[in-house]
Amino acid sequence: MVQASREEKTRLIRLLGVTKMYTQPDKYDILVLDDITLDIYPGEFVALLGPSGSGKSTLLRIITGLSSPSFGTVLYRDRPVNGPNPKAAMVFQSFALYPWLTILQNVELGLVAKREDIAKRREKSLQLLDLIGLNGYEDAFPKELSGGMRQRVGFARALAVDPELLCMDEPFSALDFLTAENLRSELLDLWLESKIPTKAILMVTHGIEEAVYMADRIVILSKNPARIIADLPVRLPYPRNRKSPEFIDLVDYVYKVVTGRDDDKGAETETANATQVIPTAERTILQPIPYGHLSMLSGLLELVADRGGQDDLYHLGSELFLEVDDLLPVTETAELFHLAEVTEGDLTLTDLGREFVDSDVTERKGIIREQLKDVPLFRLIDRVLHNKANHAMPKEFFTDILEEHFSVSEAERQLVTAINWGRFADLFHYDPDTELLYLALDQQDPNDKANPNAELLQEK
Amino acid sequence: MSNNVENRTGFYYADILVGAVIIAILSFVLTWATHAHHYRPETGGISLGYAKLPLYALYSWLRMFFAYILSLLFTFVYAYLAAYNKRAEKILIPLLDILQSIPVLSFLPVVLLAFIALFPGSRLGVNLASVLLIFTGQVWNMVFALYNGLITIPRDLRESALSLNLSAWQRFRTLELPYAMVGLVWNSMMSWSGGWFFLMAAEMFSLGNRNYQLQGLGSYLQTAANQGQWDKEISGLIVLILVIVAMDQLIWRPLLAWSDKFKMELVEGSAKPRSAILMVLKRSVLLECLSQKLFVPLTEWADHLFGRTLPQISHKHSVQTVTGLIRSLVLAFSLIALFTALQGALHLISHWTWPQVATVLLAVGSTLLRVVISLLISVLWTVPVGVFIGSNPKWAQALTPITQIAASVPATALFPGLVALLIGLQGGLETASILLMVLGTQWYILFNVIAGASAIPEDLREATVMFRLRGWHAWRTLILPAIYPYLITGLITASGGAWNASIVAEYVSFHNHTYTTFGVGSLIAESSQKGQFSLLLLATGSLAVTVVVINRLIWRPLYNRASERYSLS
Repeated sequence: MVQASREEKTRLIRLLGVTKMYTQPDKYDILVLDDITLDIYPGEFVALLGPSGSGKSTLLRIITGLSSPSFGTVLYRDRPVNGPNPKAAMVFQSFALYPWLTILQNVELGLVAKREDIAKRREKSLQLLDLIGLNGYEDAFPKELSGGMRQRVGFARALAVDPELLCMDEPFSALDFLTAENLRSELLDLWLESKIPTKAILMVTHGIEEAVYMADRIVILSKNPARIIADLPVRLPYPRNRKSPEFIDLVDYVYKVVTGRDDDKGAETETANATQVIPTAERTILQPIPYGHLSMLSGLLELVADRGGQDDLYHLGSELFLEVDDLLPVTETAELFHLAEVTEGDLTLTDLGREFVDSDVTERKGIIREQLKDVPLFRLIDRVLHNKANHAMPKEFFTDILEEHFSVSEAERQLVTAINWGRFADLFHYDPDTELLYLALDQQDPNDKANPNAELLQEK
Repeated sequence: MSNNVENRTGFYYADILVGAVIIAILSFVLTWATHAHHYRPETGGISLGYAKLPLYALYSWLRMFFAYILSLLFTFVYAYLAAYNKRAEKILIPLLDILQSIPVLSFLPVVLLAFIALFPGSRLGVNLASVLLIFTGQVWNMVFALYNGLITIPRDLRESALSLNLSAWQRFRTLELPYAMVGLVWNSMMSWSGGWFFLMAAEMFSLGNRNYQLQGLGSYLQTAANQGQWDKEISGLIVLILVIVAMDQLIWRPLLAWSDKFKMELVEGSAKPRSAILMVLKRSVLLECLSQKLFVPLTEWADHLFGRTLPQISHKHSVQTVTGLIRSLVLAFSLIALFTALQGALHLISHWTWPQVATVLLAVGSTLLRVVISLLISVLWTVPVGVFIGSNPKWAQALTPITQIAASVPATALFPGLVALLIGLQGGLETASILLMVLGTQWYILFNVIAGASAIPEDLREATVMFRLRGWHAWRTLILPAIYPYLITGLITASGGAWNASIVAEYVSFHNHTYTTFGVGSLIAESSQKGQFSLLLLATGSLAVTVVVINRLIWRPLYNRASERYSLS
């Protein structure tokens, strides 16, 4: 009990049931963050890990007070956060430097807001530029600097206000590999040797290796909507060795947590929870399709086939220089088409997958065409196009349907992917000028009875 | 006018409300102004002596300057409201759209009467009216520029300003103003040339049977042409061109070069605008000293002052009552406006007759024909020339300054000469009016075509050469699609200008004789001179509606398609 109360006192950030929904006019609300409860203590380096579009950046913005939750509370040192938190500073993926201010002016900006006088803020900024390896660049403009240098300015600007909480939104993902690596270890040095007065660091990332390399606690979020699915401590001693077996094991484990979740338990809880907000009946019909490129799919399957039909996802990702974020849509596509299965972080080819690899392009199109007939979205499109007298339908028709299930941008992305797949599989054509999806003569088969189970149209 | 390239193509209820508000204000001012009869005709007494020219030029410049300052102030208030208040945005943006399509010169009688009534027996009223007229010609595109700037600020920059806890004033000074700066400078330049265009009309006008003249370059030119003194006319023109070129060199070039640092690009651009004058200014010790001793402390002081007085926007409770109050005020205002509009409109409409309506419609039709012809002529010569200049960098270097100076001469200044030459011929004014429209609008198209042609990537050109596409084939597959979006942008601006020019072009007083050619412009000019306000309202209204409808139904869809289908990025 005593310990608990002490913890409560020192707790830096407390999130209680933070939920975020985007309201669409005349449409369903889209749930982005679902009931996030999280505490962050001084001394912690927390990595928020999740697939892209999982709402982790939204969560970070809620924590810093840039955005407010729809429900739930954010407490900073047990006080509610309303508006931008002056004790938190933010480092952006795009650096967010002001191109018309010099490096020094950029760094000084937060101090200007704090109304420090000129001499003091100049001294402080110069000191920081020194610390972060930018001395001599005071009068340069951001556009004269390389990406890595620019992000250093981003760090210096954030650190200038002596933040207790340093928030970073994918700070290294716009940098090339070497620069990023260099900056990571420098930041870790500053943090571990307490050269900066920061009490805690919160980093949003989709890089599993990066999270394991830097953080001492990893919070994993699921997608659509984001929930916390794991909260693991990282007890590896610094400096961490990426080649060490413990490191590799942990990365492998995190991979499993991140990839293994979506299909099994996730789906169930998702629909169960969604009922509270959105009517279930309409929700369950259209499962989102992953936006995997079909050419990448072929390449991946060929590679796995060369490996004997099975390979570790983490291996594959690091070998192809793909983050889990880029890899997942492709593996999900493979699973959707029953070409491969993902179990325990391993990708295994199915029989159909082997057949696919051995086929030529035309046969591959045939296989995918067959598989697409089982995907609800394609059943819908197929049905509509076959039933219409002129075998053509405007794109908006499908966008409207999709927007009842997804956010506007997600609906657009779903349809773009669907059109790509449909064109590849020669299932239908799309004319971008007229924005019509249509069937060419050879695609119109009067005897083609689309899947009788597709009652989608009647429900519409 | 070139900035209103949004995606809205339909009509909204706001347009109707907005239209009602405009009619209300117009009719209110009209009734108020016509009841105050104590104005005194101003015959400024223009002397055609050469010695007076510099003074006149200064007067004209000052009028333009005050109008510009007014535009700038208006721009900040209007654009801020529109960008940050969702409710206001719904009204203000359609309003802006309509306002900018109402021809400037239709405001003339209304504004003039109002100001003369405000300052009876003084020259101030007429001067203010003139300034306000120039203002209405300058302001709209600037508002659009700032509004577009404010709403397109990248989310990251905005968030970083918030997370650094910058005050509203500091955000304005470090983020919003710099971000919108490039657009603001460009549009200031456009506004000034728009101002010169209407200078003649804004300095010398007749209303009813009274003539008003203000001392200035515009009325000097017009008087000289009226009296057929061509040596004076030419020297007046030379002074005008000198003023414009000096403005360009001393103010706009340095400003453009300076504003280049506010571009959002994070790579060093290859073609940076340069200005020797800016370099001199930057290196001057005196200015450096001034900036250290004056500018820096001033910003510090402003930071402190506004940091205290402007509350941090902590969108919370207490604001509720204020928004409630504002909402009910807006509601009350709109109701009153609607009522007054209805009353005023009914009053004026009661004077309309069917033959009148038919005449106005016919007039709109014939002006439309003129606009189309003038655009066609402009396109026919500017496209080949523009493509040639744009694809030959050497020629571009030599020709650009010449075309820029030629473009800066306001077409209205040449108009009296043009009329004098053509008036004796059959259909002389008809030709002259179309020529004036061409003169006033061709440059928008030319410059856009040059920009489009010079933006064609080198590898596409090379591919065209490789595949031996020549002549018409090369034009059809590469050049025309590549310049298409630019051409449309130029045409949108040009057609707006052509409609506006119709008022000057279709109704000319010359040698104490009035020449007209049938069209909505001459109807507006005539009715305003004769004080027939119901006809003026009808003609102006139809013109504005026509312009808005053409914009929404033709230009914007064309533009949207062009930027989607033919953009080279």
